[in-house]
Amino acid sequence: MSTQPKAVALISGGLDSMLATRLVMDQGVHVEGLNFFTGFCVEGHTHAIRKQDKTKPKRNNALWVAEQLGIKLHIVDVIEPYKDVVINPKHGYGANLNPCLDCKGFMVQKAYEWIQAHQFDFIITGEVMGQRPMSQRKNTMPVVQKESGAGDLLVRPLCAKLLPPTRPELEGWLDREQLLDFSGRSRKPQMALAARLGIEDYAQPAGGCCFLTDQAYSKKLADLWQARGNREYELDDIMLLKVGRHLRPKQHFKIIISREEGESRFLEGYRKQFVHLITTSHGGPLALIDGDVDASDIQLAAQLVARYSQGRSADIVDVEVNRKDGSSEVLHVTPLSPKDIPEQWYI
Amino acid sequence: MSEHTVDAKRLLCPMPVIRTQNKAEELAAGDILTVICTDPGATNDIPAWCRINGHKVLDILTVDNEITITIEVGGLG
Repeated sequence: MSTQPKAVALISGGLDSMLATRLVMDQGVHVEGLNFFTGFCVEGHTHAIRKQDKTKPKRNNALWVAEQLGIKLHIVDVIEPYKDVVINPKHGYGANLNPCLDCKGFMVQKAYEWIQAHQFDFIITGEVMGQRPMSQRKNTMPVVQKESGAGDLLVRPLCAKLLPPTRPELEGWLDREQLLDFSGRSRKPQMALAARLGIEDYAQPAGGCCFLTDQAYSKKLADLWQARGNREYELDDIMLLKVGRHLRPKQHFKIIISREEGESRFLEGYRKQFVHLITTSHGGPLALIDGDVDASDIQLAAQLVARYSQGRSADIVDVEVNRKDGSSEVLHVTPLSPKDIPEQWYI
Repeated sequence: MSEHTVDAKRLLCPMPVIRTQNKAEELAAGDILTVICTDPGATNDIPAWCRINGHKVLDILTVDNEITITIEVGGLG
């Protein structure tokens, strides 16, 4: 080990990992941050697509935290290897399609690989015992240590005193007495510690950082898997689940309809990959059709798009249909009325 | 000194940052890296990433919805 111990901290962008990192930095350890991008991360920018979320800061909170702490941050694309975590979680899902325990084990395993490759000494996380129902329980925290391979090189500074001493503590790289014994779901100890450390600005405490914990999102992902007959996905698939109104009028196709200008702009980027529809006689949304469709399906989709346009009360709305081969035509359709749209179409 | 470009159009953050980071790791100090992207968040995140990692933002140009960020790779890259 070098004279100054070196640790890598899993930085989510939230308060806990920020505090855990700071505690270790204050003991003279050189710390750098790691942030993993799974594709399911809730990013300010994803929200910023929609106009209603424009007030949220357009910042990546992990980068922002790293800058506040004065540490380097390495953002790692784990989209491909993470698929196995989502598709085949050994420990199952939480309330939605969130494989939290497998996810934590995966991230610590990746961090362990990283410290081996970069000659760092140990790993820090912001976990608090009892804070999360799956991954941060007394009986599951050792599971993460074991399955990740990190073993006693994994330090949880916020609750270290409730856990057996780790190697950094036994070796004297860290003073155990300066680590903490936080437990439970209350955020008050973290907020008090933040105040004591002079940390005034931080991302919403305990805010969800993963779309897989979101019920509506998980429902859309489950629908995607069910419609395709398998649980494979690509990045574009899971990004599109974050945007627009999703309706499945028939088993073999769904339609994604933008809800506002920001979403239309985002969906425009996918025009070449999907049959897409735009109203031309009235202002309206951009819609993508996901699935192989025939003329009657397109007619139905056009009527749906017209329903969500400014021509919803008109007798006829013109809808331009653009196919993937570049051909297009204009359909003159009657907008569907709300009563013609069964509730079960909405995903 | 050499010049390089990363096309990160249509990618949402943090992907433009990741693409920039991965390219910068291949480059030498003083090289110029131009990142083209469409996510407005990149105008905050790429400069933040540069500040953290010792790179210098030379220019940020936005035309319509396309953003071009020019970076001089620092010694820490």
